[in-house]
Amino acid sequence: MAERPLTGDIRPGVMPDISAYESAGGYEALRKAVSGMSPEDVRKAVTDSNLRGRGGAGFPTGQKWSFVPPGEAASLQKYFIVNADEMEPGTFKDRLLLECNPHQVIEGAILGAYAIGAGRAYIFLRWEYRLAERRLREAMAEAMEKNYLGKNILGSGFSLELRIHTSAGRYICGEETALLNAMEGRRAIPRAKPPFPQVCGLWGRPTIVNNTETAANIPPIIRNGPSWFHGLSLTEDAGTKLYGVSGRVKRPGVWELPMGTTIRELLEGHAGGMREEYRFRGVIPGGASTDFLVEEHLDVKMDYGSVQKAGSRLGTGMMIILDDRTCPVGMVHSIIRFMARESCGWCTPCREGLPWLEKILNALETGDGRPSDIELLEEHTRLLGPGNTYCALAPGAVEPLQSGLRFFREDFERHIREKRCPWR
Amino acid sequence: MLTDDERREIEREVENCVNRREACVEALKVIQRSRGWVADDQLRGLSDILDMTPEELDSVATFYPLIFRRPVGRHVILICDSVSCWVMGYEDLLRHLKSSLGIGLGGTTTDGRFTFLPVACLGACDRAPAMMVDDELHTDLTREKIDDILRRYP
Ligand SMILES: Cc1cc2nc3c(=O)[nH]c(=O)nc-3n(C[C@H](O)[C@H](O)[C@H](O)COP(=O)(O)O)c2cc1C
Ligand code: SF4
Ligand code: FES
Repeated sequence: MAERPLTGDIRPGVMPDISAYESAGGYEALRKAVSGMSPEDVRKAVTDSNLRGRGGAGFPTGQKWSFVPPGEAASLQKYFIVNADEMEPGTFKDRLLLECNPHQVIEGAILGAYAIGAGRAYIFLRWEYRLAERRLREAMAEAMEKNYLGKNILGSGFSLELRIHTSAGRYICGEETALLNAMEGRRAIPRAKPPFPQVCGLWGRPTIVNNTETAANIPPIIRNGPSWFHGLSLTEDAGTKLYGVSGRVKRPGVWELPMGTTIRELLEGHAGGMREEYRFRGVIPGGASTDFLVEEHLDVKMDYGSVQKAGSRLGTGMMIILDDRTCPVGMVHSIIRFMARESCGWCTPCREGLPWLEKILNALETGDGRPSDIELLEEHTRLLGPGNTYCALAPGAVEPLQSGLRFFREDFERHIREKRCPWR
Repeated sequence: MLTDDERREIEREVENCVNRREACVEALKVIQRSRGWVADDQLRGLSDILDMTPEELDSVATFYPLIFRRPVGRHVILICDSVSCWVMGYEDLLRHLKSSLGIGLGGTTTDGRFTFLPVACLGACDRAPAMMVDDELHTDLTREKIDDILRRYP
């Protein structure tokens, strides 16, 4: 079986204590880094590994770290934050790592902090992940006891205080600058960029925010080296990826597989294909804020470049399946309704546009659609698109709408023609 | 105003923070844990500890759906209304819960037993539909399963 550095040692239902993690090679990377590698060496290994952010945008991790100011400014307090807010609809991958492999997330946070010279690190955790919080706290206490955390880690002179910030709901808190405001005890609206958090983040200090899965990749990269990491993948984007499938499939779930596994293999091989009496119609490949793909795309490789070429985004890599007995308009409506509620209200196109879209889609669903509505919907996908808002919530929200209008146009038109939802 | 226990717990949080206001969300939760919700009076009490005005604290508190600024029932039901749960039958469960509880989303039963709220994707989409009651996650929901679950929360 292919190597699974993130989940290979997870046993269902078993909380891995620190000795289980250590005997599988855990904290070796930390030992190796603090005893024989400079922070710059760690940064270089991560850059060479080609690790890209697993939080949705796919930004190269090493490059992100390189924006943290060196030299003079290096004496400033800096922060390393693990984003464990996971609220993107259809996404349930970080939960697995936090609940079943918390030590690896923690080791990733320590290594990330070491690499950028941060003295303080946080795990930003959504409140609803109650079990994850308990396990993270237990794991942190174990790591403290072994001096993997705290003062003068393993005698290296490097000290790190790690804390959990437990949030209280609201999707926007996962956006990295909204997250910083949330941590500072402010309303969690995103910040105007620039300045970017790498230069001016938490309390105005250089700050790195990385997704949970991104952080969990760091220890194996340091332990085994960049070329090993490249070898895990089937394509040019390195490593493994946590992929998931939800919807009317036989075996919904989450699996760690080589980067570049195809949609078909995920759907048919791992998820067991569609349930009896249901047929495949489309897939939102990477969490709710990505464009639909359809039958003709089943052989697309799930890596950053290939999914983009097919007209969507890898996003979180967690697929939501549309079947032939589910209304595509209703599915888009569900997403837009969510996004309208979760909008932080800072920019006008998002604050006003999403509720308007929600009303139009609701009208279509309840038989009050008008022929001009399609054009209105299309116009909004442009008005809420990239470049018009402070954050990516609105542009992401309209992705499934714009591709839904393309691939399922006949369904939208039927709602208007027949003055009802044909699925109800 | 705040009790001594609440003050002590909040001060302990503050000690671990870079700035006092960093403890704000946690402090609101401390109050909510002991009282169920956060009233104006407690915001004023908190204001002194955190160096934030009551108005500022209110603006933060109202930003979060899980900080309650009104009394809630003994148990809080959070039903996931995001897309995977929607595909897997959310609407039918919503109808069922509304009629069994006799309230809509945002409501509290007259006997004060349940408050019923929507929540963002619970990260359990492979076991959809899903909901939480208080601290507990319930998955693969059906009408029957919901009836069983509700019975467990007096
Ligand atoms: C509305 C919104 C919500 C987001 N939620 C999350 C989240 O819950 N977890 C996450 O890792 N990234 C989330 N992101 C992406 C973050 O802004 C950020 O890009 C990411 O945490 C960076 O980590 P990475 O470089 O390791 O991918 C969200 C972005 C937006 C616009
Ligand atoms: S796009 Fe929406 S969520 Fe993002 S900052 Fe603007 S109003 Fe807030
Ligand atoms: S959509 Fe309901 S748990 Fe994810």
